[in-house]
Amino acid sequence: MSKYYLNYLDELESEAIYVLREVWAQFQNPVILFSGGKDSIVVTHLARKAFYPSKIPFSLMHVDTGHNFPETIKFRDDLVKELGANLLVGSVQESIDQGRVAEEKGKNATRNALQITTLLDAIESHKVDCAIGGGRRDEEKARAKERFFSHRDEFGQWDPKNQRPELWNIFNGKYFQGEHFRAFPISNWTEMDVWNYIRRENIAIPSLYVAHEREVVWRSGAWIPNSEFLVLEPHEEVVTKKIRFRTLGDITITGGIESDADTLDKIVDEVSTMRQTERGNRSDDKRSESAMEDRKRQGYF
Amino acid sequence: MIDNNQLLRFTTAGSVDDGKSTLIGRLLYDSKSIFEDQLESIENTSKQKGHEGVDLALFTDGLRDEREQGITIDVAYRYFTTPKRKFIIADTPGHIQYTRNMVTGASTANAAIILVDARHGVIEQTRRHAFIASLLQIPHIIVCINKMDLVDFSEEAYQNVISQFEDFSAKLLVKDVRFIPISALLGDNVVNRSENMAWYQGAPLLHTLETMHISSDLNKVDARFPVQTVLRPQREGYIDYRGYAGRVASGVFRAGDEITVLPSGFTSKIAFIDTYGGKVEEAFAPMSVSITLEDDIDISRGDMLVRSNNKTEVSQDVEVMLCWLNNQPAKDRAKYTIRHTSNDQKAMIKEVIYKIDINTLERNKDDKQLAMNDICKVKLRTTKPLCVDSYRDNRVTGSLILVDDATNETVAAGMIV
Repeated sequence: MSKYYLNYLDELESEAIYVLREVWAQFQNPVILFSGGKDSIVVTHLARKAFYPSKIPFSLMHVDTGHNFPETIKFRDDLVKELGANLLVGSVQESIDQGRVAEEKGKNATRNALQITTLLDAIESHKVDCAIGGGRRDEEKARAKERFFSHRDEFGQWDPKNQRPELWNIFNGKYFQGEHFRAFPISNWTEMDVWNYIRRENIAIPSLYVAHEREVVWRSGAWIPNSEFLVLEPHEEVVTKKIRFRTLGDITITGGIESDADTLDKIVDEVSTMRQTERGNRSDDKRSESAMEDRKRQGYF
Repeated sequence: MIDNNQLLRFTTAGSVDDGKSTLIGRLLYDSKSIFEDQLESIENTSKQKGHEGVDLALFTDGLRDEREQGITIDVAYRYFTTPKRKFIIADTPGHIQYTRNMVTGASTANAAIILVDARHGVIEQTRRHAFIASLLQIPHIIVCINKMDLVDFSEEAYQNVISQFEDFSAKLLVKDVRFIPISALLGDNVVNRSENMAWYQGAPLLHTLETMHISSDLNKVDARFPVQTVLRPQREGYIDYRGYAGRVASGVFRAGDEITVLPSGFTSKIAFIDTYGGKVEEAFAPMSVSITLEDDIDISRGDMLVRSNNKTEVSQDVEVMLCWLNNQPAKDRAKYTIRHTSNDQKAMIKEVIYKIDINTLERNKDDKQLAMNDICKVKLRTTKPLCVDSYRDNRVTGSLILVDDATNETVAAGMIV
């Protein structure tokens, strides 16, 4: 075999770097949507590689639901400091206070859908023309249809049936005033690829991904962390378990799994034997068969 | 971990009832790439729809409209991994009105799977799929003759399809074609060897995909480096640093190579090739690197570095095979934005030479309208020179798109002749 070929991780990395450089070249004011989750951490790491020895040329934008894991916020602040990057925060609490959105009611109320308004407001007020996300096509069936460069109309909406064709690796990031783009550099990565890459590159991740003891409540088939935002049902009981999280979102909707995987090697092993999809523990995706498609159409991540 | 850790991208094309979704579902299911919660959800839907057993085809449904209508509308990407390789499937709709999506899926594929119903043999749609695969220069084509269970696993039916296909494909430029008799529904020759077709000596589909030689698919000869952006770090220790960032389109670049900048024609030598992980001795496709030169030359996005002894053609007039992708037909002598590698120009369609009837492959010199899904040979004139290779030699420097400035939509895909 010829020595002139890349292994799959190098090929995916090179593709993502290419996408990030295209974003930089084609847009005026691109930002990275940074949630503190592993996917946006990997995208940030790739951006560092893409522009080395220059600094990361993107601000990090965080949509803060106010229902955070404290670990995520500390991780975010440490990383921003290390990169010397600019942090932009869109606050869901502020959107609520300003009457832009109303808190959901009922026992499964979350702030997940409220983020859409805050995100679109932040994109508009900071004059962002491209928001780079860590979305991957293997995550969910609506995301499987995403382009690398994905157009959003002036209302921030995605029109999945009328997307621009994306051929070869030629990206069309042209837009009219008021519209914007989302870019997904790690579109072609799977959860396994992300973990293999984190291990290979030894990328720092929030401790939440690693098995740890935590107070949790069993709800809808997952261990939901106990927090000041959690309203207990009469039959529910807080217990302490050794768990870790496969995805990180709003603390009220992110379910953990019982796990002993307390090192990157063990996590990679564990992920490779998983029989459930990673978003299976996200109650935001379980609301209906097209929960993600509906939110994405409105402007979700 | 994967041993032979290469990435293979393939596209699937088939007519509406050829069993394409079932085949993909079968590949994923038998290679154990479907998660339990996904399977559960398919089982539930199968029951609701009153299907017998689990309908694997449901796994590839994506958007709400697709589920409701039971068709594929847009390209969907699927992923699976075996101990041998990692795979990306571009699942594209087969119907004629979605030709543009098939072209999109084909544009990045190493291999194309074309499904043929064993009962019907090669039909118009098969010819169209094969033509698009050859037009987009997909290096490997696998013709899966499906529904063998419905023709009693007959070798004759299989041989008939082969001869029909070969009659037709003689006119096409395809390098590597293979034929596999399968039953996607029952799993014969998809992942596991069929026990019903002892007469078939070849490998099942998955084994073929796992072992196919793809290292030679990329052009390793012509060194081409389109510059995406220039890195000028304004920081201590890097004051004079000027790195040309890009992804190697083809060929190999080494430190010390004599290079020419196109289209300006200035020459220099590569000082070093840089990455975040440190300097590298050589860079080859598809590596993303940054290149620094020994001389200060004016270079910016849209320029291309090539080795001085092997240059592209530099021209404002190019002949291309153009596939029209937009509802709005081409306007006569209108100007479009053309994007070729990292270069943006304006271009005018000077002349439509002929239109191809994609069912008969005949050239029509009288019908010159370029409407949705039409494929025509045209002459383009650009405002400034482009650095081009023929698409047959180079899928990166031989491809381009047209964008309509009135809508900002991507309206055409072009392959340089």
